[in-house]
Amino acid sequence: MRGRGFILAGLLAASTVCLAKNYGDWLKKVPTADRAQVNPYAGNPQAIAAGANLFHENCAKCHGDNAEGKHSRPNLRSAQVRNATDGDLAWILKNGVVFKGMPRWSGLPEQERWQIIAYLRSLSLQPSGGKQ
Amino acid sequence: MLFAGLHRLAERRTLHIGLLLLFSGAFLFSSLQKAEAQQEPPYFVTYSSAMEEPGNLEIENQNIVAAPKNANAFFAPTVEFEYGTTAWWTSEFYLQGQTTKNDSTVFTGFRVENRFRPLPREYWINPVIYVEYEDINKADKSFLEITGNTNIADLQVPNAELRKEVERSIEGKLILSSNAKGWNFSENIIGEKAVNENEPWEFGYALGAARPLALTAGSKPCVVCRQNIAVGAELFGGLGTRYTFGLKQTEQYFGPTVSLNAPNGWTFRFSPELGLNDNSAGILWRFGASYEIQQFRDWFRRAK
Repeated sequence: MRGRGFILAGLLAASTVCLAKNYGDWLKKVPTADRAQVNPYAGNPQAIAAGANLFHENCAKCHGDNAEGKHSRPNLRSAQVRNATDGDLAWILKNGVVFKGMPRWSGLPEQERWQIIAYLRSLSLQPSGGKQ
Repeated sequence: MLFAGLHRLAERRTLHIGLLLLFSGAFLFSSLQKAEAQQEPPYFVTYSSAMEEPGNLEIENQNIVAAPKNANAFFAPTVEFEYGTTAWWTSEFYLQGQTTKNDSTVFTGFRVENRFRPLPREYWINPVIYVEYEDINKADKSFLEITGNTNIADLQVPNAELRKEVERSIEGKLILSSNAKGWNFSENIIGEKAVNENEPWEFGYALGAARPLALTAGSKPCVVCRQNIAVGAELFGGLGTRYTFGLKQTEQYFGPTVSLNAPNGWTFRFSPELGLNDNSAGILWRFGASYEIQQFRDWFRRAK
């Protein structure tokens, strides 16, 4: 009986860890060198258009068509994302926050990840279409 | 045409009907949706560290056609349901069958697999742990992986004989995968142990390398364009058993592979795989189509 209790407690603890959604901590994990990376496509209109296509193909289903978050998934127009560096965003796209639900996108070529970031940056300049 | 041909074959053997219904139903159902994912390399046999995105459901049909020397030609379809349970855990369920010319059409079994990504970040080499349970009869010709020692002459045995023998086994893979400058390099080490027969551990391997034709996306949406096409190559085969480790009396294959990640969630893949020794079938022609339903689990959640 005692053994079963321990197993049950272990499973509960594991599921709590798995289900916990605290997306905010990832910024602390970004190495300094990665944080300092600069987007080679920053402000490039063609890259922003390409990034928009990539975003709608790969990211919008979770983060919403207007990047405002969906089903408790993060709003990419938030102050935290706006204040993050391009390098921070590149790091999270490559590494994900896998134990909190954000998958890695390391399978996408690095250039395409930078195009997505260029698009996300362009959103900061646009008014949001709905809820904040 | 493909469906009509398959259906005519299925009429001869009722066991195949369930597989066909699942296959066609899944694709009709999925064609109502819209999605795309570009992450996966174009491999048929080799696994990379790409996992299904959490909440996504991918429905795939992959087929193999071959006309081995001294044996009847066959067509072996597999239907695969892949679900992203979490960002570090992907689950899959397979149904398999085959039809052999001048013989019969049979359902060959099912597989359940889980893949786990143990490390939280991307490294220069990324491990994934793969665990699978399979309940497959000996008539299976899916070539989803090759382990142990095999005999190409087994392809001459009638399905009625082969299907009597069912093997239930546990299979483990260590998947190692690297992404660099648009390239993906993946290596799989396979170990398999039958649980209903007294057989030794069997081993196999698969290696793959692939790259998209373009590393940047275009500013206009497109279907057949370089960014959506990936090319690569695969090498895979058996490595004998615990007692006969090595390449002797194993099947070995090598082939180029190409995929098109079309908009609306469809991916199409093709690969001719060449047998590298006398114990291998001459050429295995593989082709497949998959559809990814993004955030399938949201269908069961209330909007917030």
